[in-house]
Amino acid sequence: MSPVESHGTDPLPIELQFRTAFGDFNLDVELQLPARGITALFGHSGSGKTSLLRCIAGLEQVDGRLSVNGQCWQDAGQFLPVHQRPLAYVFQEASLFPHLSVRRNLEYGYRRIDPASRKIEFSQAVEWLGLEPLLERSPDTLSGGERQRVAIGRALLTSPELLLMDEPLSALDLKSKREILPYLEQLHEKLSIPVLYVTHALDEVARLADHLVVLEKGRALASGALTETLARLDLPIRQDEDAGVVINATIAEKDSDWHLARAEFDGGSIWVKDSGLALGKAVRLRVLARDVSLAQQPHHDQSIQNLLPAQVREIVSNDHPAVVLVRAEAGADTAVTATSLLARLTARSAAAMQLAPGSPVWLQIKSVAVLE
Amino acid sequence: MDFDWEPVFLTLKLASVTTLILLLVGTPIAWWLARTRHWSKQPVAALVALPLVLPPTVLGFYLLLLLGPNGPVGQLTDSLGLGTLPFTFPGLVVASVIYSLPFVVQPLHNAFEALGDRMLEVASTLRASPLDRFFSVALPLARPGFLTASVLGFAHTVGEFGVVLMIGGNIPGETKVLSVALYDHVETLNYEQAHLLSGGMLAFAFVVVLTLYLVNGRLNGRLNRGGRR
Repeated sequence: MSPVESHGTDPLPIELQFRTAFGDFNLDVELQLPARGITALFGHSGSGKTSLLRCIAGLEQVDGRLSVNGQCWQDAGQFLPVHQRPLAYVFQEASLFPHLSVRRNLEYGYRRIDPASRKIEFSQAVEWLGLEPLLERSPDTLSGGERQRVAIGRALLTSPELLLMDEPLSALDLKSKREILPYLEQLHEKLSIPVLYVTHALDEVARLADHLVVLEKGRALASGALTETLARLDLPIRQDEDAGVVINATIAEKDSDWHLARAEFDGGSIWVKDSGLALGKAVRLRVLARDVSLAQQPHHDQSIQNLLPAQVREIVSNDHPAVVLVRAEAGADTAVTATSLLARLTARSAAAMQLAPGSPVWLQIKSVAVLE
Repeated sequence: MDFDWEPVFLTLKLASVTTLILLLVGTPIAWWLARTRHWSKQPVAALVALPLVLPPTVLGFYLLLLLGPNGPVGQLTDSLGLGTLPFTFPGLVVASVIYSLPFVVQPLHNAFEALGDRMLEVASTLRASPLDRFFSVALPLARPGFLTASVLGFAHTVGEFGVVLMIGGNIPGETKVLSVALYDHVETLNYEQAHLLSGGMLAFAFVVVLTLYLVNGRLNGRLNRGGRR
């Protein structure tokens, strides 16, 4: 599928501001979101992430303003109805039209846009998503994963300028999730339009997002680049079992005897399992706080091989009084830009080690996930 | 034996015309009732349902006054050169439309309400305008409701008696429908003709209801299996 071209100049960011009450729930958000890449709207249930997405789509008509790539979709004086907004929306449930075949579902939006503004052809979407064998089937004969693939194709075939996805994986079983995830990962390369992705799963955020917005009780607590925002200790995500950082790295060296590869980043490098990674390939590393421990000396008489010198920057207590989270910067004294990692340890260990901001430590990294 | 087919054909004609008009009139009313949050929703719904509980003769009486030469509608139709409607076929149609209205509006209302918002929201994000959404999504998904509405509207019109007697009278070829003809036969002790009409109606009613159940069972099955995910 050819990428959707922008109109010559650089696209403008999405600017939005909404303020409303849904019953006893208040939404009060003002954000500027990047014009490219995937922005995750992350929050627990009741945080207002789906409400925000519906406001952006125009499915909820509330006070506020919204402009996408310089076009005003909503402000004090006007409200563009949903069907006139050049967006696509993938719902949590695939919501295919039960009275139409897969082909007619895919064609539904495709036929309703001006042929001159089509940037994605029917055959391209069908080929990319592998929908050819399903075309003449009825939606009720499809598996959950197949349905969601059709829903994604149906959305993309409207050649949207903004793609909204509301937890597209959460209604799927593990097998179907694995089937859909690769397509979502490819959205980066396939599309040059912004994607807003609502989720409550940190592993999806780590895999897919470039930009992260953290929502709680209808307010945006943070909005920033993924790597920086995940390393922040002042956000509720730190309490998540899956709290951790994402590091952008490149494969710098391979050890074919032991099937390992060295992933290099600002301030250090980590050996990871080599699953056929090419030299120079850009990868995402996900390091969870619970897989990182701290030592005052580099211990080589133990099984953990990934040791990184670092400096403690912050220590915060977690929801349980026995646990603290430590943010340490690898390569703080040598590299131009250091990389933050998080470690989860007991408050007693932190006290025994006399940890304080500035303390030099060794990060012992027990496990790393490589997200390509 | 000489069977008088005229009331049968007249009845079928009346029921067909009435059902057609009811589908055209009832669909927007049902759609509005299913979608609106306006305060007048309940009063309007009650008004539509009124013929369900009102004795047909009461309805017929008021219609007679309303459409008659001294009624406001009667004076209007008269001044338009249409004459007055009571004791004519068009008058019967008007009365039947009102009398059978709930039998068409309620199944449609239920069908539209069962659609929920999701499918229409999906259609709107796929660039379908409100009218487009109605025709491309709501109508096809509400098909079982339309079938039920048509059959009930038709069958109920076939069976009406009180309203016809009040506003239509007993004019052969104009207002003498099946139920009135049957009443006539019994009055004149013509049991043979009465048997033919009644037996025919019994068979007709059973076939209609059975067909409705069979077809709707199949339609619902197909839509529900694919529907809600």
